[in-house]
Amino acid sequence: MKRIGPLIVERRLAPPRHVVFGVSVLAVVVALLLAALVFWAYGVSPWRAYAEIGRGTLGTVGGLSDIVRRAIPLILCGVGLTLAFRAQFWNIGAEGQLLAGAVAASGVALFLRVPDVLRLPLVFLAGFGAGAVWAVIPALLRVKLQVNEVISTLMMNYIMAYIVEWLVHGPWKGPTMRGFAYTDMFPVAARLPLIAGTRVHWPTLAVGVAAALVVGLILSRTRLGYEVRVVGQSPDAARYAGISFTTVLALTMVVSGGLAALAGVGEVAGIHWRLRSPSHISMGYGYTAIIVAWLARGSPVAAILTALLFGLIFAAGDLMKSTLGLPFQITGVFNGLILFSLISSDLLMYWRIRWGKKGEAWT
Amino acid sequence: MDLGWLVSTVSRALAFGVPLLWGTLGEIYAERSGVVNLGVEGMMILGAYAGFAVAQTVGVPALGLLAAAVVGAAAALWHAFLTVTLRANQYVSGLALTLFGLGLAGLLGRGWEGKPLRVPLGAITVPGLAEIPVLGPMLFVDQTILTYLGVLLAVILWVVLFRTRWGVVIRSVGESPATADSLGINVTLVRYLCVALGGLLAGVGGGYLSVAYRPSWTEGMTAGMGWIVIALTIFASWDPLRAIWGAFFFGALYHLSFRLQAYVSPELLKLMPYAFAILVLAVSGFGGARWRRRAPGSLGIPYVRGER
Repeated sequence: MKRIGPLIVERRLAPPRHVVFGVSVLAVVVALLLAALVFWAYGVSPWRAYAEIGRGTLGTVGGLSDIVRRAIPLILCGVGLTLAFRAQFWNIGAEGQLLAGAVAASGVALFLRVPDVLRLPLVFLAGFGAGAVWAVIPALLRVKLQVNEVISTLMMNYIMAYIVEWLVHGPWKGPTMRGFAYTDMFPVAARLPLIAGTRVHWPTLAVGVAAALVVGLILSRTRLGYEVRVVGQSPDAARYAGISFTTVLALTMVVSGGLAALAGVGEVAGIHWRLRSPSHISMGYGYTAIIVAWLARGSPVAAILTALLFGLIFAAGDLMKSTLGLPFQITGVFNGLILFSLISSDLLMYWRIRWGKKGEAWT
Repeated sequence: MDLGWLVSTVSRALAFGVPLLWGTLGEIYAERSGVVNLGVEGMMILGAYAGFAVAQTVGVPALGLLAAAVVGAAAALWHAFLTVTLRANQYVSGLALTLFGLGLAGLLGRGWEGKPLRVPLGAITVPGLAEIPVLGPMLFVDQTILTYLGVLLAVILWVVLFRTRWGVVIRSVGESPATADSLGINVTLVRYLCVALGGLLAGVGGGYLSVAYRPSWTEGMTAGMGWIVIALTIFASWDPLRAIWGAFFFGALYHLSFRLQAYVSPELLKLMPYAFAILVLAVSGFGGARWRRRAPGSLGIPYVRGER
């Protein structure tokens, strides 16, 4: 506790919700102000840039649907990450898990002989399974061999990206694609339906929103959710309570990786209708989802909102490229700034300022 | 396998290991003081960009490297401010630094994309030693000064860390900041300095790529090396001397992933260093305590005076 004139600054243990919300909004605003400097340095008036973005994304139906389209993979990856972060498992591998889902989905869509009715459900199942397997490996490596999961999940992103490159340049390269590094187009039965006139593949969106609600319920209302939180907050307590680390972390990562993989399924089956080079499938959704989950402060339902915010930033990136001639890399700078500003604001939440009472002690 | 092939492979492996070595040495110091910096990739790419931009403009490669060092250190100081002073989560701050660095370098470097550097850092021949048969051409020809400076630096940093009072101070801050504090050591200062040194070395590592190894600028030219550095830090058990072997081993892996393209598809070869990074950490997990020394006791934990 510190006294400055009539004011007292003191620590608080758990910030109330409205403070968390207010501080988070403030952090995003500060980041946008900092980003204005980047515009200015580029010789673009920040006012004009933000006005263009506002009109082009929020002001039209096409713009709004672009936001949603970009938000779909972010919701799926973000929800999965909130779960992993609750267990204090640093899953930085959503990008690779997303690509794993895209690979499995493409395999089923192109090469599996099944009746058309079954094709899409199997695409989803295979995608989820592939992501789950890819995500469970680092969990097991951590529990059994103490391999730091930040490293292993990250390395597995690169590995999966090169596997995708290899597939589209090599064995899966489409004979009809005349030298381009694509697979053949998916059959119609393996393509996701879109909301008419947009690129919003709504089944994936519905799955994402449902997943957010279900994961939210699991975390707050079930025994498993309780165990996930205990494992995250106090590993020692978990041990004394007889909670199995291996089981809890493995389950967490099955869900986390599976959901990220569904994001990949959505991109190949809903947008591209084929497997192509990783930078086209993902644009770094898996990495951005880390910020989505962090901003959501561990709440899967809040991740829907924060995913929409970053969907907006991606859509704005497209727009700035086409209307203002600014490079798309500016979204990376944006995202970095928001994350910086968010973590700096954390400290703010744990302090409060109030009027001191007369004669209150100095400490 | 003929001798010429082996000689050139070892020589190039050494050259490719240099940025890994510099980066790892820096990260070892940061982590020894108790701060994880996952922003190595970001600091390296910023260093690579700054190095190229200055060397291209001024025409002096050494100044490019200096700029790379300064930019790397500045980026690291930002991480130190967030994690030491504001006590932000070290993992998230480092990730933010990487995202930001990759974005900013990509943004600023648009005009330079694909351009070769006017005056690259020249290779040197070590007089005398270069005459030794086989070993001479392997180790003492066609390297830049940074190869030897890096090895020398590793030895110096090892001596400082394990044989001097400063080393004791750094290690005690990383093990138990409360104890260090009670002995009158300025924990904040030590952490700031170590993190800044880490950024400085990572910056030079990045600058080496754009000014010496592949004298040109390409977006994302660090290609995940920053992450390999973080794996190497663990693999080297936070020991500067072990970092030498680790860095050159991964340098060899990177080089072979180009070299073997005649036999295996290039995409599969390129994933090799990343797969090995996991493998190496898993194997050292098997070896248990004998192989792997313990991480610094308070690694990743912000220090607040009066709190436990």
